[in-house]
Amino acid sequence: MPERRPLTDTIFTSVRLLDPASSLDQQGDLLVRDGLITDFGSGLGRPDGATVVAEADAILCPGLVDMRAALGEPGYEYRETIASAAEAAAAGGITTLAALPDTLPAIDDPALVYLLRTRGEETGSLTILPYGAVTSGCRGEELAEFGLLAEAGAIAFTDGSRAIGSTRLMRLALSYARGFGMRIVQHPEDPSLAADGAATEGELATRLGLPGIPAAAEAILVARDIRLAELTGGAVHFSHVSTAAALRLIRQAKADGLAVTCDTAPPYFDLNETAIGDFRTYAKLSPPLRKEADRLAVVAALADGAIDVIASDHQPRDADDKRQPFAQATPGGAGLATLLGVTLAQVHKGALSMAQAIDLLTARPATLLRTDAGRLAKGRSADLCLFHPDRIWQVEAGRLPGKAQNTPFDGRALEGVVLGTWKAGRRVFG
Amino acid sequence: MLDLAESYVLLNRSGKTQRDLLRGRTLINLFFEDSTRTRTSFELAGKRLGADVINMSVSTSSVNKGETLLDTAATLNAMHCDLLVVRHDQSGAPNLLAQKVDAAVINAGDGTHEHPTQALLDALTIRRRKGRLEGLTVAICGDVLHSRVARSNIHLLTTMGSRVRVVGPPTLMPAEAERLGVEVFHEMEHGLAGADIVMMLRLQRERMQSGLVPSAREYFRFFGLDMAKLAAARPDALVMHPGPMNRGVEIDSAVADDPQRSVIREQVEMGVAVRMAVLDTLSRGHGRNEL
Repeated sequence: MPERRPLTDTIFTSVRLLDPASSLDQQGDLLVRDGLITDFGSGLGRPDGATVVAEADAILCPGLVDMRAALGEPGYEYRETIASAAEAAAAGGITTLAALPDTLPAIDDPALVYLLRTRGEETGSLTILPYGAVTSGCRGEELAEFGLLAEAGAIAFTDGSRAIGSTRLMRLALSYARGFGMRIVQHPEDPSLAADGAATEGELATRLGLPGIPAAAEAILVARDIRLAELTGGAVHFSHVSTAAALRLIRQAKADGLAVTCDTAPPYFDLNETAIGDFRTYAKLSPPLRKEADRLAVVAALADGAIDVIASDHQPRDADDKRQPFAQATPGGAGLATLLGVTLAQVHKGALSMAQAIDLLTARPATLLRTDAGRLAKGRSADLCLFHPDRIWQVEAGRLPGKAQNTPFDGRALEGVVLGTWKAGRRVFG
Repeated sequence: MLDLAESYVLLNRSGKTQRDLLRGRTLINLFFEDSTRTRTSFELAGKRLGADVINMSVSTSSVNKGETLLDTAATLNAMHCDLLVVRHDQSGAPNLLAQKVDAAVINAGDGTHEHPTQALLDALTIRRRKGRLEGLTVAICGDVLHSRVARSNIHLLTTMGSRVRVVGPPTLMPAEAERLGVEVFHEMEHGLAGADIVMMLRLQRERMQSGLVPSAREYFRFFGLDMAKLAAARPDALVMHPGPMNRGVEIDSAVADDPQRSVIREQVEMGVAVRMAVLDTLSRGHGRNEL
């Protein structure tokens, strides 16, 4: 583990303070003392003993809250460890992360929830909020102990990359979780339609001779689970939504007042299926990349609020997983280091305002996760991200922070560089 | 390429050889999938041009297939192989291999993606018999969804100006097939109407096991080529099949063995000539190539 820097008081001067949670967007200063935000506004001067951070044209916002990321631990340390993920997260401006439970063993026991929370604290740079499994071992058979898991600190329940396929089981899960005031997070892809598929069904998959997954597999499960949410009064959240059809259903469900929320991940608003190119396995994702029309629908949904959150859906994979013929490669893309940069590309294109973009990465996920992270407020822990919105960097697989190098954005030039990340007032990056 | 292959047809029939073209070069047939026909065809092609030919059959039952593929690449580089012919059951496998080997890589069939030399030999067969490719109506019939032969033929024939149709049940049609520039039919009578060439594809047993087609007898009744269905095509229409044939499933023996209509045996002869032309062309280049 890299040596921790000493904790000092810090004064950020003449930065653009951006906190969507409080609608704050102004030039000013921010003071951190003893790990807490003590003051912000204009003209704070340079207090004694405080480290000065002055970066022209930089934006200071809350440390990003990543609502969906897979850590390699426990069980898949060859892909990523908590330490390496923390390193990548810090480099990406992320200070709070919700960890998926489909590990080995799965997070289906309260002891494992405590373990992840503690390991997060030990990093000194990342708060880990664990998801609990919906089913034992994430096998899709029996419900896990929602009550005990919630008590131990699980923030919601999901079976990670595995869709809850059984209608009966999903109904029970929504219903039972409701009793504990908890939400079910679904990977919305009908498993029987998606089985053995490698790319979205259509012209590209046909030309490449790849087994296809119809895009409708997403809307089919979204439609089903919206009906179940209505039936049970439970709360469902759909992860990495990627199709226009699913978004139409989600918009309608929200209009009908149902407890339905969703997130999307950067590949689904930045890339389309052509990123697969010549069988590039770094572009093999689950759900698979879509046609351009769906990508545009996702961008529109980010702008109009149909999508609640942007989450990285970080899925670390190593050479053994990816250096395979396309249909055999394990799907998944690394996403911690590129979360902010790829999101900012939509700001630069004019699809989102800077405030909207940062909102989708801080306040909104924090609200869904019911954590008080993701905002700038006096007396709160100083989890901060300082970034320059216009500086350019090149995404290069093999040179990303952390262990996982399987980025679907390999070769991309991104505008938006994280200059520094602070966790509880301590500088952990930059 | 077709013209060069044409010259090799003549050469082969004359009994002469051209063993100096690839003398001293090593050609390795790296087959991860069984295929006596294609492998032998490449072997003959290589030997007639004077290459040292080695056949490597790699078992695909190994636990980590990707590892085998890339480990094999390292071994091949150490053997200083010049020409590598690859057949694999996974689409894109030759692409992956080509990134790692120094040899020129020839795709002898990868998954459901492409089988380029098959399309070339089919085109040569058609051109020799019909004098042209442009303007001909070609009906490709059968399990198009899983067929690399169909994809390569569609690619080549549409490029050369043929009108291509695909005929089969909806469950054996790839998504958005019409985007490939073909007309889609679900009935043989309509699909074969006025066709110049009828190309039949093999139906594997697995397709019935996985429920895509209920039974062989149903398939043969509606999609199997017999004289009655062939009557919908032009009277001088030719019947082709990449082989091996499932007689009684997609084609009946009367049609397959008809000396007037069937050019199936000719396809095999054209195969060697075409592969000689491909090896010839690639051996002239420097650095990495891929076909």
